[in-house]
Amino acid sequence: MNQLPAPNTEQLRTRYPDVFNRPVSARLATSAMILGALGILIFGLVDLDFSASRFLAGLNQLGWITMLMIPPDPGSSLPAYMVALGETLSIALLGTTIAAFFALPVSLLAARNIVPSNFFRFPVRRFLDSIRGVDTLIWALVWINVVGLGPFAGVLAIAVADFGAFGKLFSEAIEAADQKQVEGIRASGGSALHEIRFGLLPQVLPVIAGQVLYFIESNTRSATIIGIVGAGGIGLQLAEQIRVLEWQKVSFLILMILVAVAAIDWISSKLRFAIIGRRAVA
Amino acid sequence: MAVAVSILPEQQLAVLNDAYRKAVARKRLRAIGATALFLAALTVAAIGAEVNLKTFITYFGNFVSYFDRIFTLEDHTRVWSNFGEWFWGWQKWLKLLGETILISYVGTLTGAVLAFALNFFAAENTSPAPWLRFVVRRALEFARTVPGIVFALIFVIAFGLGPMAGVLAIAIHSTGALGKLFSEIVENADMKPVEGVRSTGASWISCMRFAVLPQVTAGYASYALLRFEINVREASVMGFVGAGGIGQELVVAIRKFYYSDVSAILVTIIVTVFLIDIGTGWLRARLFGKDARA
Repeated sequence: MNQLPAPNTEQLRTRYPDVFNRPVSARLATSAMILGALGILIFGLVDLDFSASRFLAGLNQLGWITMLMIPPDPGSSLPAYMVALGETLSIALLGTTIAAFFALPVSLLAARNIVPSNFFRFPVRRFLDSIRGVDTLIWALVWINVVGLGPFAGVLAIAVADFGAFGKLFSEAIEAADQKQVEGIRASGGSALHEIRFGLLPQVLPVIAGQVLYFIESNTRSATIIGIVGAGGIGLQLAEQIRVLEWQKVSFLILMILVAVAAIDWISSKLRFAIIGRRAVA
Repeated sequence: MAVAVSILPEQQLAVLNDAYRKAVARKRLRAIGATALFLAALTVAAIGAEVNLKTFITYFGNFVSYFDRIFTLEDHTRVWSNFGEWFWGWQKWLKLLGETILISYVGTLTGAVLAFALNFFAAENTSPAPWLRFVVRRALEFARTVPGIVFALIFVIAFGLGPMAGVLAIAIHSTGALGKLFSEIVENADMKPVEGVRSTGASWISCMRFAVLPQVTAGYASYALLRFEINVREASVMGFVGAGGIGQELVVAIRKFYYSDVSAILVTIIVTVFLIDIGTGWLRARLFGKDARA
């Protein structure tokens, strides 16, 4: 076996000064950042009234609650819960579709390669950003004021919240599209609308379809929570059962949500693969 | 410049045209089938969600005028004509907004630390035992599928009303979300350094510390910053269920129809979310801009 020569540390030091002697500022920066982060953390813990005794008492309570949750049992309300779950899925599907339908034309206005003028694009972008800055739950509260309690308010809340998100995502997909095909259409004498229809949409639609499916998936989750403020679906049942401390029903409802979300995940990942996979082959 | 385009003989062309038409027809048929299925699903969903176009049309005016109302002060002038009156409660709101940001900061950091501790067990390539990986993965899945606000509802009962419940809810939800992303980064890491470190006889912990960690820290920090952005939004509604932050004020304002307060609080939230998006974007570019380009 060959003997390796003993490493010449001195020579290495002179050859790689950066490795052996990192500048003081670089070393300090890391520790300063960690200290800063910890400092804010401690300040936060104090300011938010954290205390070990409260935490332990709460954990104890939580342990009791978990014990009371087992076994999950819907009692006699299983049919009502199934209806509520169907309502939740409907809210997600319908809300996402409405959002996508309205976001597509607006996203064209927000894309750089369609509307080159910054002057027109900027307000559209800011408008979409402001919609996205407001949480779905807040939109749900607003819509409840307008159309009353119930799942319809939930549909509209998800539609509005996603409209902002889709507008941004779609316009990014459009900006990422290949310009050569658009140029080809223009070269053969197509109008601006033809360029969008035959040059842009075939490239963009599969991406958009994938995003919409993904959002239906994640909206199933959002739709479960907007019920908490009264916008229908399984969240309404869940919030009610938590408030009256029916823990067995609570755990059953949580299990139902988990199963439903897993099922939707599975279906939509299959569909997404089918849509995008077909494109890749073609 | 004339270019001669060769045209195929009639017979050959007919065959090709035929094949093309058939292919297109099949594609169209499939598209129509999918559309029909989708429309049927939508109809069922519309019935399930009690969609009532009549209510919608009757009340849509309300929605538009709602924005008119929230931007009007009690003396019927526009809100921006009198900023002092519009933001009359700014001291209280800023304090609550600070609380909101702190909730999401503490929640994100706790979640990131927990996710960091768990993710090596969840990644395919670094997990010491398959059963451990299975358990950790299921736990993370549970933590991220149950919405944060549901945790908050339960924690409010266990830990009492206040920001502590909000922090813990955000921490658990972030653990689930970040644990998955972190473990995906680890799965993409280069395994050669690990082999190198292991060949020197190092323990599992040393392998993680010296071979995996240097490759993944930048990705971790980037995802944690993104999560912080998301959590600020989430923390702004934690108050709806009594878990601290500005949500409490907002829900009272909306439910009691204090119109101009609604718009004032919404504007503060939106501006804060903007600022934090920009701030974390700047921080990410500063921290990882060099790595991203290399």
